[in-house]
Amino acid sequence: MTDRSVVHDSFTIERIYPAKPKRVFAAWASHAEKDRWFGEGDDFLAVTDQYTLDFRIGGHERLDGKLPGGQTFGYDAVYQDIVADQRIVASYDVRIDGRRMSVSLMTVEVAAVPEGTRLVLTEQGAFLDGLDSNAQRVEGARDSLDQLGGYLSAGHGG
Amino acid sequence: MLHALADPTRRRMIERLGDGPASVTALAAPFPMSLPAVVQHLRLLEGCGLIASEKVGRVRTCRLEPDRLDTVQDWIADRRRTWERRLDRLGDVLTPETGTPPDPTPTEESPG
Repeated sequence: MTDRSVVHDSFTIERIYPAKPKRVFAAWASHAEKDRWFGEGDDFLAVTDQYTLDFRIGGHERLDGKLPGGQTFGYDAVYQDIVADQRIVASYDVRIDGRRMSVSLMTVEVAAVPEGTRLVLTEQGAFLDGLDSNAQRVEGARDSLDQLGGYLSAGHGG
Repeated sequence: MLHALADPTRRRMIERLGDGPASVTALAAPFPMSLPAVVQHLRLLEGCGLIASEKVGRVRTCRLEPDRLDTVQDWIADRRRTWERRLDRLGDVLTPETGTPPDPTPTEESPG
């Protein structure tokens, strides 16, 4: 029995980088560059099994790996719009243990500012079947238990 | 809530329900205790809203009852944190280490 649900949400993150927009954009456009900060070394993936990037309109980007809890993680993006040194729009989904957790639209805008480059990332997502996601429930339960463990070992267990 | 989770039997029941709904009989199976004792534990968990149960015919099935919105909001907040960490790492990649001049060798940056 699968309980279907969709929650829509969006968020925006802004950063100022001491580099020219061309340089910032290149860090998204080149596989070697993006691999340095997007996948490997990410504290959300324990293992990266594969990372591919085909940076052109209609091109795919894939990241597969394992989360610290052992669940498989899958990310597949399609580039919908690219304006060199200015804008990237991609749609992507995230799967955990094969279940689609979300489908999102990601927009990255870069613009020159006196300090270098302002980058604005906006994600608009449909977050799916939140309650029914097994991985998430297990994770949620473990988190609660970990918190409880911490609470109890801090002397509140009596 | 803490009292409900302080008991190791009840914690294991919650962990088991993290894998999906289960009948009372299935939940009781791993424990060397009577069914009524198991039911007592489950009643306590249900009483504080950690689980919900439903009886169909003679079978009572239990499931975890996390707050739906909180769960999804956690997931969205996690996504945001993931992006924040990524963009911070991007900043590290873009910022030359102090004392190290930028690499003068030209890199092949031919898009397409």
